[in-house]
Amino acid sequence: MGTITLFHYLAVAAVLFTLGAVGIFLNRKNVITILMCIELMLLAVNINLVAFSTHLGDLSGQIFAMFILTVAAAEAAIGLAILVVYFRNRGSIAVEDINVMKG
Amino acid sequence: MGVTAFFPAIAEIFLAGVSIVLVLAAAFGGEDGKASGLMRKLAVASLIITGILVASYGNTPSLAFGHLFMTSPFMVYMKLLVLFGATIILLMSRGHVAADNINRPEFPLLILLSVLGMMVLISSNDLMVLYMGIELQSLPLYVIAAMRRDSVRSSEAGLKYFLLGALSSGLLLYGASLIYGFTGSTNYGEIASSLSQDVLNGGVSSGAVIGIVFLISGMAFKISAAPFHMWTPDVYEGSPTIVTAFFAVVPKLAAMSLFLRVTYGMLGSASDSWQQVVVAIAMASMIIGALGAIMQTDLKRLMAYSSIAHMGYALVGMASAQAEGISAVMIYMAIYIVSSIGIFALILTLSREGTAVTKINDLAGYSRTHPLYAACMLIFLFSMAGIPPLGGFFGKWFVFSAAVNAGLVPLAVFGVLSSVIGAFYYIRIIKVMYVDDVADALDQPDRRTNGMIILSMAVITALMVFVLSSLREGIMGTLPYIAFIAG
Repeated sequence: MGTITLFHYLAVAAVLFTLGAVGIFLNRKNVITILMCIELMLLAVNINLVAFSTHLGDLSGQIFAMFILTVAAAEAAIGLAILVVYFRNRGSIAVEDINVMKG
Repeated sequence: MGVTAFFPAIAEIFLAGVSIVLVLAAAFGGEDGKASGLMRKLAVASLIITGILVASYGNTPSLAFGHLFMTSPFMVYMKLLVLFGATIILLMSRGHVAADNINRPEFPLLILLSVLGMMVLISSNDLMVLYMGIELQSLPLYVIAAMRRDSVRSSEAGLKYFLLGALSSGLLLYGASLIYGFTGSTNYGEIASSLSQDVLNGGVSSGAVIGIVFLISGMAFKISAAPFHMWTPDVYEGSPTIVTAFFAVVPKLAAMSLFLRVTYGMLGSASDSWQQVVVAIAMASMIIGALGAIMQTDLKRLMAYSSIAHMGYALVGMASAQAEGISAVMIYMAIYIVSSIGIFALILTLSREGTAVTKINDLAGYSRTHPLYAACMLIFLFSMAGIPPLGGFFGKWFVFSAAVNAGLVPLAVFGVLSSVIGAFYYIRIIKVMYVDDVADALDQPDRRTNGMIILSMAVITALMVFVLSSLREGIMGTLPYIAFIAG
């Protein structure tokens, strides 16, 4: 049995982060999925920070992770609120329908 | 220690306190136009008091909150520009918030909170404070983009801005986590000394380089530099025009200030790791801004591409990685916000039979129906195109000469060429105003505030040349403090 090193944590975080980033661009169905992908990216960052924090023996990484969790909650609240407003106006939250303006 | 330890942050503490009190006042006050008018006046007053506090604490570089927070002459300059832009835009918003159906007390409040975020961002001395500042700046901006709740375009603008803004925060954070891991600290000063040790011992580790690239990508999103610009045209077009004016001016300043501080201060010793990235972003922004604007018919969309190009020119100065480059960027941003405020104040006055219009063709024959405003617009557009002797020419001159002195001659040549392409679309607007026949005359604007703002911005743009040399000397004096204070 090998031990779990810092490298393993970083690899997991990198994979999660990539999944989140790729998910934002490949997803063609629903905006809620994009919000989930954003959360995935933020949580990958948290894994990084906590792993580094333990590795370095320095607490500030864990404090940083707490800040990110808090702000992510506020961000999700605002994102969902904007989404509700958008749904009321457009009647759909499919990604392919977000096309009133070209671009 | 004691209470004096908080003095460097006194302006931010004041603004935070006032914002909280005003949030409560807005919650218990009315929703009508009178309440929001009062709220706007209070917001303007508190921004002015904040500016006085910023200026009065100015010139001693100092740290607060256990080295998390820093103030220095460079930051005072940037904060005063931010407060100036936000105050003018709040003054401009009188009347237009009602026309855009966003006349609620929350509008000035959200601008106050966003300005607080920008000031924290400018003063940040730690990756955690950077993140908190960027989020406090961005979250109110997402909301004011979608402020017009009955409009599909406005809520779509808010949604797009939110999604791409959240993505950019993710990139920035991932970069921050890698930099923390590979340097062992979140403090700018300690990161800088750890990186300069690495440079002496044979090079920055690849993990830190990846972190630096992610961090720069996240910041490039915030200043809407290519290739991270795709949200800009849609958000500018869809948001209410007064909100677009705010987006074009104020957050750009804060993000550019952060960009300067992170690259020169935190990553100053590792400039080999970021210089090429900044050069690439600058070139992409200049050419995409110049080419993208050519086909546009909407003034707001055109201003979006114009702002992408201008961020590219500012990044040319930053890419020089020398003190001359910082002062060039600082002057460039000041000139840019003056002309942008003027152009948006003018766009806000455009209406036909009471309905706001924003198409370029609506300006046909503008010089005959509104000769004075057309002359001001001419000054702004020539300044943006970089035609001497207006301010914009000297802004470009400084950034390009900084690049040439740093040995980046190809970048400067590329910048001059794309500036020539860019001049085409500015001059096309002038042609529409001065040569085309009047199709359907626009209303005579009745709002005095905007007229005053347009005139004073035009005067500043035209006479900038006389103060530039003393401004430049003053700025050069602030530069030793951009990086960080040891200890």
